[in-house]
Amino acid sequence: MSPAGPVPEHGPRARSRISLIVNTQPRELLVDPWKTLLELLREDLGLTGTKHGCELGECGACAVLLDGDLALSCLVPAVECDGRHVTTVEGLRDGPELHPLQAAFADHGATQCGYCTPGMLVAARWVLDRNPSATREEIAEALSGQLCRCTGYLQIYEAVESAARVLRGEPPSPPRLPAADRSVPDDAR
Amino acid sequence: MTPGDGRTGSAVGRPLRRIDARGKVTGETLFADDLSLPGMLHLKLVRASLPHARILGVETAAARGMEGVRAILTGADFLVPFGILPVSQDEHALCVGKVRFVGDPVAAVVADDELSAEEAAALVEVRYEPLATIASPEEALSTPEPRIHDYGDGGNVHKAVALDFGDVPAALAGADRVFEDLFFYQGNTHLAMEQHATLAYVDPDGLLTIASSTQTPHYLHRAAARVLGLPPARIRVLAPPQGGGFGGKTDPFNHEIVAARAALLTGRPVKIALTREEVFLCHRGRHPVLMRMRTGIDRSGRILGHSVETLLDGGAYGSYGVASTFYTGALETVTYRMDRYRFRGCRTFTNKPPCGPKRGHGTPQPRFGLEVQIDKICEQIGRDPAEWRIENATQPDTLTANWLEIRTTGLVRCLEAVVAASGWRERRGKLGRGRGLGIASSAYMCGAGLPIYFNDMPHSGVQLLLDRGGGVTAFCGSTEVGQGSDNVLALLVAEVLGLLPSDVKVVTGDTSLAPVDLGSYSSRVTLMMGNAAVDAASRARERLAAAAATRLEIPAERVGFGGGKLFDVSDPSRSIVFAQAVQLAEAAGGTVGTTGSYRPPTPKARFKGGGVGPSPAYSYSAAVVEVAVDEATGVVRVVKVWIAHDIGRALNPVAVRGQVEGSVYMGLGEVLMEEQAFCRLPPRLSSALVHRGPSMLDYKSPTSLDMPAVETILVENPEPNGPFGAKEVGQGPLLPIPPAVANAVHDAVGVRVDESPVTPEKVLAALRDPSRRFGPTTFPEVPWPEPVRVAPPWEGKP
Amino acid sequence: MMRLPRFRYLAPRTLPELTAVLADVGPDAALLAGGTDLLPSMKRRQETPAALVGLRTVPELRARSGDAIAGLTLGATTRLCELAGDGAVTGAWPALARAASLVGSPPLRNVGTLGGNLCLDTRCTYWNQTHAWRKSIGFCLKKDGDTCWVAPGSTRCWAVSSSDTAPVLCALGAEVTLASRTGERRIPVPDLFADDGIRHLTKARGEVLAAIHLPSPRPDERSVYLKLRRREAIDFPVLGVAARVRLGSGGVVEAARIFLGGVGSRPQEATAAAAFLLGRRLTDEETVTEAARLAAQVAKPLQNTDFALGWRKGAAREYVGRALRELARPR
Repeated sequence: MSPAGPVPEHGPRARSRISLIVNTQPRELLVDPWKTLLELLREDLGLTGTKHGCELGECGACAVLLDGDLALSCLVPAVECDGRHVTTVEGLRDGPELHPLQAAFADHGATQCGYCTPGMLVAARWVLDRNPSATREEIAEALSGQLCRCTGYLQIYEAVESAARVLRGEPPSPPRLPAADRSVPDDAR
Repeated sequence: MTPGDGRTGSAVGRPLRRIDARGKVTGETLFADDLSLPGMLHLKLVRASLPHARILGVETAAARGMEGVRAILTGADFLVPFGILPVSQDEHALCVGKVRFVGDPVAAVVADDELSAEEAAALVEVRYEPLATIASPEEALSTPEPRIHDYGDGGNVHKAVALDFGDVPAALAGADRVFEDLFFYQGNTHLAMEQHATLAYVDPDGLLTIASSTQTPHYLHRAAARVLGLPPARIRVLAPPQGGGFGGKTDPFNHEIVAARAALLTGRPVKIALTREEVFLCHRGRHPVLMRMRTGIDRSGRILGHSVETLLDGGAYGSYGVASTFYTGALETVTYRMDRYRFRGCRTFTNKPPCGPKRGHGTPQPRFGLEVQIDKICEQIGRDPAEWRIENATQPDTLTANWLEIRTTGLVRCLEAVVAASGWRERRGKLGRGRGLGIASSAYMCGAGLPIYFNDMPHSGVQLLLDRGGGVTAFCGSTEVGQGSDNVLALLVAEVLGLLPSDVKVVTGDTSLAPVDLGSYSSRVTLMMGNAAVDAASRARERLAAAAATRLEIPAERVGFGGGKLFDVSDPSRSIVFAQAVQLAEAAGGTVGTTGSYRPPTPKARFKGGGVGPSPAYSYSAAVVEVAVDEATGVVRVVKVWIAHDIGRALNPVAVRGQVEGSVYMGLGEVLMEEQAFCRLPPRLSSALVHRGPSMLDYKSPTSLDMPAVETILVENPEPNGPFGAKEVGQGPLLPIPPAVANAVHDAVGVRVDESPVTPEKVLAALRDPSRRFGPTTFPEVPWPEPVRVAPPWEGKP
Repeated sequence: MMRLPRFRYLAPRTLPELTAVLADVGPDAALLAGGTDLLPSMKRRQETPAALVGLRTVPELRARSGDAIAGLTLGATTRLCELAGDGAVTGAWPALARAASLVGSPPLRNVGTLGGNLCLDTRCTYWNQTHAWRKSIGFCLKKDGDTCWVAPGSTRCWAVSSSDTAPVLCALGAEVTLASRTGERRIPVPDLFADDGIRHLTKARGEVLAAIHLPSPRPDERSVYLKLRRREAIDFPVLGVAARVRLGSGGVVEAARIFLGGVGSRPQEATAAAAFLLGRRLTDEETVTEAARLAAQVAKPLQNTDFALGWRKGAAREYVGRALRELARPR
């Protein structure tokens, strides 16, 4: 059994109409075939929450969920997103309340400059969606494609672990504080 | 302001959510490239494909004819030079006359969309006459002609400096033992996740607006006005929050000025967003530095004389280079007592992207050398390197040999903390083959004592506006680069006024709406902006207290602030809410707006070159690192890091911990794998001199799986010059990490790798070499200038 | 932002449609599976195909049939992440599951395909760069230039096979089906590769890699894959060691195949080492040392990947030894 009609073709001169679901909203757009999902999100839909750090699949900043899977939007042609579901950082929360991951990132110091944060959050959501009780090692592995230059990752792990507790119905863990040495100093003034 | 003054306990020291966290976790924070305007055009730069060449001609006709192209600019549009330092005005927004490295921008194309601009840029033809290429400092010294620049200290030497604090040769001659070592610290780059971007436009009032990822909007403002020939009052620079800086966005950049000119030329908003490769070409990162260190000690191990010579690979432009050169010597004296000190520093021009300031600016390189040399000295004289450091640590309220004023120091406590936490005394030497512990300590400034261009104005200014609804807005030209600058501003104002940081709105990074703050560099923000913020808030507090005192019929001294209220400290049930206090104050004395400002104390160092190094305060750090070394391959795995940082006082312990661990991360990257390295093709076949791998794949930033466990300890010992006692944390904790790793490798397998990064190749080479060492073996002849001779404080007046 | 060049995109819906399109569009078309290799190359303007032929709409390429006992056939667009989670694969061909789980990073494995990883373009310091970078070195032999900067006297391109799964599939004795308009052919995986950095696949332009066939392992068979790279994620292999052995009574090696990745333009088979192992025991340290020495001889790294050349050669010996010791470990 073979499908009817000529092979579907997009471009190079004519744009193609695609429809996709972005953060649960159906969207219909005209796209050039050389446009990536990253460009579609940021430039056509104004969803600038998704960042970019290399556009070559080397840093993880542009990560989104594509049909529930963690993917790099800089390496996905928009034309291949027809009929698919995309979740970006903007889609993590529904309403004014932060998603438990977002709240945990804010409270645990997991976001400093905030530039890797959208991709990191989406990756964290992906790992917890699949494994609500992910271990520290599993979290580190799942986030291993997301570079962060600010934090050294440790506060990110703690945030993901705390959010996982909340998502399992347990109370969040408080942010871990560094040990403080406030003993009377030998060199006090 | 003295510590303790005006504390309400509402904000300082509490692990509260950063005020900018919500925008960052929701994705609503707008970084420079997230900004767009209707009718916006896109800019692409045409960059030099030769490392050193005269420009014979730029052919733009083909590009001009492309669909969608709106404008093309060349060096002829930018004849006025600029540069961050007054003494190094050596850059043009687009090259004039010649190109100095592969990537130097030659022309610019403005088009309707970025792809069209890129396609048109590819059609711009530049004709060159190639010039001989300088790839290294050694070549720069041996090849005075052709000169990369026609200024500097002769030939291809950009800057050579010599400072003598006492007679070091005599000290070494009289020493019990003298140690000489050569070290090399490789260049590396910031790799902020956000690539630089700029949006320039003329606003409806005719004001040229440059919104850019810059850590120093004030300096960009100055440079843009100069190059564009506009009065500064006609330009507004906006610095949106940045996706990391680390020093990489502290120069005014050519693309920012080109975008501004293009916006003026086309009358349309113009955006440029650099690719990652272009960010590597902007660079301004860590200078590669070759070092020779000589240290003479007496029988007790005390340093009688210390000599440092540094040779810096500066790249193609000045940038902060003169300051960087001085910094390779300036902080050498701040951690351990040394009777006399001698410094020689030389920065050369080479045909590579310019180096500049990266986290620790010029000091991680000599810190690596000093801390490794001390490890070697301790090994030779049979001393525990932790004990030696504790015994020889500089003391509070002392001057160093080069006249730096140490006020508070928590160095000893930092050392004791990491020694205890790591089990140093019990575990060292007992970990088995291939495992080792290494220790190092360090110090860093809390802001440069002098501004970049000489003036008597404050380094930071804060304006507060209190509104009738009880709202507080803080205006400051400071820039949020991810370190938490905005939060510190809100937190300190909140602390003084008894509010929560989230009650304070901040307006920052705007040269039109906020008073000048010099920028996010030299770890100056917490101390300098912080003091200005406390100053402004204290004035507001006085007015509110007076108004509340009248209403509560108590003396103003009895008015307490806290929980959003003003109350009688003798009877807290008698109170008014904050908004009411503002209304009363406004009724009594008019609009409640106050200002605060900060200027650092005058440095004690009063000699040529003494402007680099002085700071209102120094932070201290110490680290112990545990490594596992695979002797078959030389692969080094960091098992754990214990780090203690003398923070003075932690304004927000969660944020401080993040800065410490981020510094540890970056220090590990530098010492284990990161390299801004270049590749020169066989000269008989090609003159190419290119970045070896300008990508996130080839430049090795550690992933989550490469990061070890870190135990962070904060040493709190309030610093009188800091706001509520706080000192810096953004840069200092990076410094002990590279040498601690190198020292740990030695402890594990008995070899010295005297250069960074400590790669498997080098460890294995050292394991197989009879010397058990890998590192530089020669230091070239450098034409040092006549030294500036200054007696150390204990030998005479400066 | 780096952007893709302009192209047209074709979305065939069946394998016959795909092969017909390929034949029609000709050499200016490129096949797009996961895109994690092709799209970065296009953004760097290493490749500027006029047309991309999408494979994700071709159901035949996603087919899976067979099992661990009969042997398993995987469609070429089976995603790398699916292998690690596939019980049959992890049970019967753990080295393949391991290799797939070490490719790039999680988001790359979620879209990257097994066929794509097998066909991964060869890599080189002088090649995987932007057009502007390559222009500044006068380009190279692989494209637009006439000098191989790795070996300037060379008449061939020395770009490096950098696939994690290729050496494993070679060692496992896997086969691939290549489909074209004129029909299909099935070849052993090693035959898919040519020892040339430019034309590194024997696959013709009009052919598409349709399926990968994994032969059923014998119960006494063991396989292993070790990967060497600078970082624990994201990086390509600087060395991959894939080995499969059959152990007879008393742990005597009855059959062995060892392939090294990352050290040549194709996976390099260490035949002498494998032959040496026959009749010997992996528990014997001298045997392992000698086999490792022999295997490392086929590793001919050049200075065109991460890490210094001399070190990589030594590392090859060390890693082969470790792979063999891992195979010997009682389970």
